[in-house]
Amino acid sequence: MSYLEYTVKTVPAGPRKLLFLNWPLAVTLIAVAGIGAVMLYSVAGGDFSRWAEPQLVRFTAGFGLMLIVAMVPIWFWRNMSVLAYTISLALLVAVEFVGVTGMGAQRWIDLGVMRLQPSELMKITLVMLLAAYYDWLPVAKASRPLWVLVPVLIVLLPTALVLIQPDLGTALLLLIAGGLVMFIAGVHWAYFAGVLAAGAALVATVFQSRGTDWQLLKDYQFRRIDTFLDPATDPLGAGYHITQSKIALGSGGWTGRGLMQGTQTRLNFLPEKHTDFIFTTLAEELGFVGGVTLLFLYALILAFCVISALQHRDRFAQILVFGVAVTFFLFFAVNMSMVMGLAPVVGVPLPLVSYGGSAMLVLMLGFGLVQSAHVHRPR
Amino acid sequence: MVAGLQAGFMSLLALRLRHMQVEQADAFRLLAEENRINIRLIPPRRGRIFDRQGRLIAGNEPSYRITVVREDAGDVAEVLARLAHIVPLTQDDIDRVLAETARSAPFLPVTVADRVSWEDISRVAVNAPALPGITPEVGQSRVYPMGHDFAHVVGYVGPVSERDLERYADPAPILRIPRFQVGKVGVEARYEEHLRGRAGTRRVEVNAVGRVMRELDRQEGEPGADIQLTVDHRLQNYVRARLGQESASVVVMDVANGDLLSIVSAPSYDPNKFVRGISVDDYAVLRDNERRPLASKTVQDAYPPGSTFKMVTALAALEADVITPDETVWCPGHMEVGGRRFHCWKRVGHGHMDLESGLRESCDVYFYDLALKVGIDNIAAMARRLGLGHAFDIPMSAVADGLIPDREWKARTRNAEWRIGDTVNASIGQGYVLSSPLQLAVMTARLATGRDLAPRLVKSVNGVETAPRTGAPLGLNENHLRRIRQAMFTATNNRRGTAYSSRIVAEAMAMAGKTGTSQVRNITAAERRAGVIRNEDLPWNRRDHALFVNFAPFEAPRIAVSVVVEHGGGGSAAAAPIARDVTLQALYGGDPPLEAYPSADRSRIRAQQERLRREREAAEDEDRSRA
Repeated sequence: MSYLEYTVKTVPAGPRKLLFLNWPLAVTLIAVAGIGAVMLYSVAGGDFSRWAEPQLVRFTAGFGLMLIVAMVPIWFWRNMSVLAYTISLALLVAVEFVGVTGMGAQRWIDLGVMRLQPSELMKITLVMLLAAYYDWLPVAKASRPLWVLVPVLIVLLPTALVLIQPDLGTALLLLIAGGLVMFIAGVHWAYFAGVLAAGAALVATVFQSRGTDWQLLKDYQFRRIDTFLDPATDPLGAGYHITQSKIALGSGGWTGRGLMQGTQTRLNFLPEKHTDFIFTTLAEELGFVGGVTLLFLYALILAFCVISALQHRDRFAQILVFGVAVTFFLFFAVNMSMVMGLAPVVGVPLPLVSYGGSAMLVLMLGFGLVQSAHVHRPR
Repeated sequence: MVAGLQAGFMSLLALRLRHMQVEQADAFRLLAEENRINIRLIPPRRGRIFDRQGRLIAGNEPSYRITVVREDAGDVAEVLARLAHIVPLTQDDIDRVLAETARSAPFLPVTVADRVSWEDISRVAVNAPALPGITPEVGQSRVYPMGHDFAHVVGYVGPVSERDLERYADPAPILRIPRFQVGKVGVEARYEEHLRGRAGTRRVEVNAVGRVMRELDRQEGEPGADIQLTVDHRLQNYVRARLGQESASVVVMDVANGDLLSIVSAPSYDPNKFVRGISVDDYAVLRDNERRPLASKTVQDAYPPGSTFKMVTALAALEADVITPDETVWCPGHMEVGGRRFHCWKRVGHGHMDLESGLRESCDVYFYDLALKVGIDNIAAMARRLGLGHAFDIPMSAVADGLIPDREWKARTRNAEWRIGDTVNASIGQGYVLSSPLQLAVMTARLATGRDLAPRLVKSVNGVETAPRTGAPLGLNENHLRRIRQAMFTATNNRRGTAYSSRIVAEAMAMAGKTGTSQVRNITAAERRAGVIRNEDLPWNRRDHALFVNFAPFEAPRIAVSVVVEHGGGGSAAAAPIARDVTLQALYGGDPPLEAYPSADRSRIRAQQERLRREREAAEDEDRSRA
């Protein structure tokens, strides 16, 4: 029995809980998903049933999942943290053996109804476990080396598994998300400075390894980095995606070319236009105004999360909500940086907008946890 | 702090977005336009070629082909099987199309059959609903309705080759159009720039894999210029029929302005075959024929002119004042020069010869004597003045220079000193002297007029007349010219003349000419002792070339003619009769009345006229049915 279970006296029960949801957050989520549906409709050339409809069905399912998760008391989820993490880890291992290969990597597990990407699930369960860990650990011990080593292992284990799939993008996301949660939890900054320095050294080593027989990255990964640094070197090959993406984005101008009027998208110059590169289409067709609007909605979502977390006094809930927000932030920040040519091309979808099931369900699960924390906060 | 970091990064994203979408928007917009807009060329209509009467010699005809688009056809094999019921298709064709459609993008048309007849195309059009993805297409293809007659003059077109691309310094993009045709030889090649025209452009929107989404706008090109030749198609047709399968050349030139009224190499070939892509077998037949149908003999072959060169020697001697026309030379049948005996064609000798009788009877010894007096330098200079030894600029392929030898030439190319014997040989158009049938016609025209005429083949380009060259006076003594012409007249009209049997009796049309027979082999001393073998007993390719040059009518010359019959034997027997028929045909503008011929020849000529008329009609029917 924790502090919460004793202090929460005014927590509503039964269906009344719905009234105490973080409704501004829920409405903003619906707004973003709405923009996503409109863009998918446009990308399909006016065909609603191709991508927009299944995506809306998924969002509805995700929204339902969020409500269900929200109804369950937050302490239940805290108690589930270790189990959830273990299941995710098991799935990650399983994907190595029974996974479906797509785009040169083993990432999927076919569940019949849907294809699940365990690495996506891990993004949330990792945050859960870390939050539970720091909730359990006395704050004073947080920066002791031995107690730092435990969460480091918690983070590195799934990261390594994702890396050998290989999915460099997701691995980096897990690493950064884990690091940020630890930072939020109060681990001393000197550790992070050390890791950053080591990371810089690692990057240097990785580049040194290129062309030798102990090469640390695959050739295509090196090429992606090359083209990120200078897309013009290979405009028709590996740099094609980023070059076309920048052209599409830039040609949008202030107000864009109008829905279904983006030539880059409509004429297929843009790759992966309904998944990873959907922000490009949005920027091409709705322009700077559209792009900033979406960015603003994302900022609102983050803000609602942060406000909710600050209102909370339970450590697990606080860290969890921050962690979900950080994960969400990393999703769209990396995706947008990528299509704008600020980051290498790593397969990260635009949250709630890109076509795809795993990311959507996992995010809604995450927001379900945020809602649960919100509903079950002490008043 | 983390929230601040996030906010900071988001402002960075917004700034970047602003930078790209607002500040660099125009540059990116331009790139997007370049991406989507493709420029397609519309091939221009190639200029046509007409003869001097406006008869079409080279034109364009619609050429039909059948294409299939995989994505429209669905089951390509099934559609092709249905198509094979109404259009002749071999299994090979079907297999090729299936392989090609499988390989290329689904929206790209693949040619099923090319040069399909109108009937087949109509059947395809009627059955269109049952043939999804099958499209009848119309293009333009070159056609030569006169067939063989103008093969060497006009040449032919063919698909652009790598060599063609190298030939043009800046290959126009139009040449990259698949199946685009360019001139390969003859006027088609030399007037390529005029005939080609300018391509139009079509701006189309394409998607990333090149599929055309829609046409944005279109700018029509300019058709190529039409060209009119100086050649008369009827005369050209007659001459070719008259030459038959002889390996021969005829050039007929208008002496008023140098217009080439007829310029025929025989045997000829059908240029249409080359346009369609000649088969290896057909090409081998043409290439291996010893009578060389592919060679444009009128301009690209140079022969020893033989006795037709004697006017040059005579005129050189007269102009150099080393003889008078009436001085005589004794011909015993041979002459000793530099310890070597040079024979006259008449072994027993001609006796006393002056200018007129020397040319009339073509006495070699008379000209040996002249040559020794006047020297090679004067002879060579006169030959050049009369148009020999240099290539005229007419738009045919491989126009030959010919060769007028002199001391400087021999020192340069043979690294040997000029010998007196060389002069003797040159005086009768043997030895090193070489000239093309075209040059001989020009020489004759210049002798007939005293003006420096040059040949003209193209009368007008796009209706703009090319400058005719009536020629400035050559500056030759008119009296000397008159004596030469008179001597040529007697060669054809005097009972003792070498071409007396080929005279024209219609007085207003009388011709003056000169025979020539040029050896293609050396007669060895052993052969001479054994008795010179008669031409008829030699294999064809070792027989003498027969030559004849003439102008007519004698009193007021209108045309100059040269005839060369390869390995024809003697000039008087093989070349002069052809020259007479051609001359009369040209002067009368059709079959001449039999009264123009000596009475003894008339029945034979009538038979010949009838035979040629039948042959020409039959050939024309054949051309028409093929076209």
